[in-house]
Amino acid sequence: MTAVATNTGAPVRAKRVLPGFTLSLGTTLLYMTFIVLIPVIALILKGAEIGPARFWAIVSSPRAVAAFQITLTAAVIATVFNALYGLLMAWVLVRYEFPGKRVLDALMDVPFALPTAVAGLSLTALFSANGWFGPVLAALGVEVVYTIWGIALAMAFTSVPFVVRTVQPVLEDMDPALEQAAVTLGARPWTIFTRVVFPAILPAWLAGCTTAFARSLGEFGAIVFIAGNLPFRTEIAALLAYIRLEEFDYNGAAAIALVLLAFALVLLLISNLLQFWASRYREAGR
Amino acid sequence: MTFPALRATAVAVALAATPAAAQDRLLNTSYDIARELFEALNPVFAENWQATEGRSVTIDQSHGGSSRQARAILEGLAADVVTFNQETDIDVLAAGGLVSQDWREALPNGASPWYSLPAFLVREGNPKDIQDWDDLARDDVQVIFPNPRTSGNARYTYLAAFAYGLEHNDGDEDAAEAFVKAIFDNVPVFDTGGRGATQTFAERNIGDVLVTFEAETGGIAEAYAEAGLERVTPSLSLFAAFPVAVVTEVAERNGTIDLATAYLEWLYSADAQRIVAQNFYRVANEDVAAEFADTLPEVRLVTVDEVFGGWEAIQENHFAEGARLDRVFVNQ
Amino acid sequence: MSTPAPPYGPSRRGERILIGLAVGLTVLFIAAPLAFIFVRAFSQGWQVYAANILHPATLHAIWLTTITAIIVVPLNVAFGIAAAWAVAKHRFPGRGILVTMIEIPFSISPIIAGICYLLLYGRQGLLGPWLQANDLQVMFALPGIVLVTMFVTAPFVAREVLPLMQAQGTEQEQAAVTLGANGWQVFRRVTLPNIKWALLYGAVLCTARAVGEFGGVSVVSGNIRGQTNTLPLHVELLFNDLNAVGAFAAASTLTLIAIVALVVKALLEGRKAA
Repeated sequence: MTAVATNTGAPVRAKRVLPGFTLSLGTTLLYMTFIVLIPVIALILKGAEIGPARFWAIVSSPRAVAAFQITLTAAVIATVFNALYGLLMAWVLVRYEFPGKRVLDALMDVPFALPTAVAGLSLTALFSANGWFGPVLAALGVEVVYTIWGIALAMAFTSVPFVVRTVQPVLEDMDPALEQAAVTLGARPWTIFTRVVFPAILPAWLAGCTTAFARSLGEFGAIVFIAGNLPFRTEIAALLAYIRLEEFDYNGAAAIALVLLAFALVLLLISNLLQFWASRYREAGR
Repeated sequence: MTFPALRATAVAVALAATPAAAQDRLLNTSYDIARELFEALNPVFAENWQATEGRSVTIDQSHGGSSRQARAILEGLAADVVTFNQETDIDVLAAGGLVSQDWREALPNGASPWYSLPAFLVREGNPKDIQDWDDLARDDVQVIFPNPRTSGNARYTYLAAFAYGLEHNDGDEDAAEAFVKAIFDNVPVFDTGGRGATQTFAERNIGDVLVTFEAETGGIAEAYAEAGLERVTPSLSLFAAFPVAVVTEVAERNGTIDLATAYLEWLYSADAQRIVAQNFYRVANEDVAAEFADTLPEVRLVTVDEVFGGWEAIQENHFAEGARLDRVFVNQ
Repeated sequence: MSTPAPPYGPSRRGERILIGLAVGLTVLFIAAPLAFIFVRAFSQGWQVYAANILHPATLHAIWLTTITAIIVVPLNVAFGIAAAWAVAKHRFPGRGILVTMIEIPFSISPIIAGICYLLLYGRQGLLGPWLQANDLQVMFALPGIVLVTMFVTAPFVAREVLPLMQAQGTEQEQAAVTLGANGWQVFRRVTLPNIKWALLYGAVLCTARAVGEFGGVSVVSGNIRGQTNTLPLHVELLFNDLNAVGAFAAASTLTLIAIVALVVKALLEGRKAA
């Protein structure tokens, strides 16, 4: 609560109201209402129409529960990987100079720019028996394509920039004096990282991971190619909702969609709170 | 991708979309595995149309599970003609007023220019020794076919297995249902269309046997010759009619009634039937059928009318909500 | 504004290991899938590639995707500016809620977006009967594709412009108003020059996403080859046609668009920093 108070009091000094308030706010609200709110409300109304008993029956059916479990498990695996890989990338890109750094930096945006279906197609072929990685992994006894690892792989690919791009600016903005002080005090590099650097980037890192996790839960295009889509084994929740639509079982689709929507909104809230915490940290660090 | 090229395309498409241009256009909404079939048929029809009418024609295709397609048309997909694999899917459109009530009489053979039957495709050397429907109910066999709620193909599979179950249980419907349920329990995934099921079996290497139309087993065995997939024809199967119809409401709005009718009539011509037979369908034209007799094994076919008393009875006893299909297709 | 490396850190060797790890993982995890698309697309030679790209259905998919982006991106740019102007330059109750709302499409699965639109505009949807009575086709046609793409890409421009406008405060605009400029002049002469690179940057990201949208569009498209099949959907369709090389060829055009977007973005980043 104190946090909110600080926020409203902060940087903008609105002595006089600038023009265009009604126009810009009106446009924004109109657009949000028609493009986002009304369709979402249509979904919620459909959910309400189903009734609690039927709703519960749909979302607690064995196949739906399995789909939610698989989606969550794979998203956790993907996020853990991204948490580490994303942190490494942010660190290396900010702290070191080496040839090819700009290319490496640009590559971090590929998952944002590349259509997810294309990513899925390519990853599937790459990790299948006649791709580049499939035979190597098969020799090691690891199967990726059409398993939960494939789902996690697709999720990790599509969401890694969220971690890198949230941590990177915070690392860039960090005051070197803090670390220098620690060096002067004779701290070892690892101690400096865990005691000085990590606490400073923690909020941003967590916020990035939360966004990446949310994105993983909702990912569809990349996964349908690589997952194999077996009910109870490699079928994700978004796909189950899609299958229900194809069966013209609108209730089934709407109920599963609503659960995913609720997940997304909670995660969005958490991420926003973390971002806010992160921005306070950055202000304090300056 | 260059800009001029893109602009040229945009202009070309814009011209094509303009009704005033001397260019006819038709949307054929079809079942999932007919992709290659119409890819082969449409250019030949376009040539004929150009020769006889002096106009060029573009035929657009949409493919998906037959029932899914029917519902998409009810939801507003603007198809001029439908070429389906199940009569009930056209009856649904007729009930919705989109297709004329007497569509079966509009063309020969109950408006079905070709037919097929559910058949099997197994792995190289048939390691699980799958010969007939009862092998599909074995515990050690994994079966692949699409989702019977979205795919006509899968509903023929259901009906054929049921017919087999009836014959081997002295007509006991509950025993037949239990038999079909045992087969359904062996299916790890129900794709929404026949082609999805094929992908699962051939590309993803899941399952011991794919049950789909004979036309698909033939084409896929050819396409995957290297993998050594083998065709198996069961002892008994179901005559699967492939009905076609003009979606009158849409065609009237688009002014394509004549074109649509000519297109469907042409499917019965010897030229078209030969292409159809090359794609492993069985055709009505006797001369063409004789030409291709040795590519299609003999099989005892039963019809929907003989075994089930027609589509209306099937709808009521099997496909309606809470009926036999729902009891077999549980946990899904 | 590059930060000099602080005078500590892992040893030279440690540094090399970290860089090696980062480069290695990125090559395997991100560069390889990118390269593999072209390897597969050209695996049967130039001619097959060209034939696949020049196939009318592929050309139409390219055209449809382009049209969708041409409609969606300017609308989202306008929305982004309006939202940023309202939120960054003014104080009003519910401002925080509005900012969170703008982010909603970002965290919702595109499939869910598609379902929302179908429940609204489909024949059995809330507006279905009215649309039918007026003979308006939204689902399985361009309007449906455009609407879903607008939903999915709505936050992109606002997200880029908003923080910048907020950071810049309102002093310059206040001054301009004091000097007698009207709202439009203030925006064009004062605000726009300040945000133009961020604006372009957001537009580039928005374009990339609009071009690549798959899940949401696949719900509302109807998959009519040569009519409502966008490029990403066409990739899947070709894949299901058992034409993997064709699918990769179509995918390679999308990949090229993505690469162009990234190059433009990198250039803009340089401008933004300057």
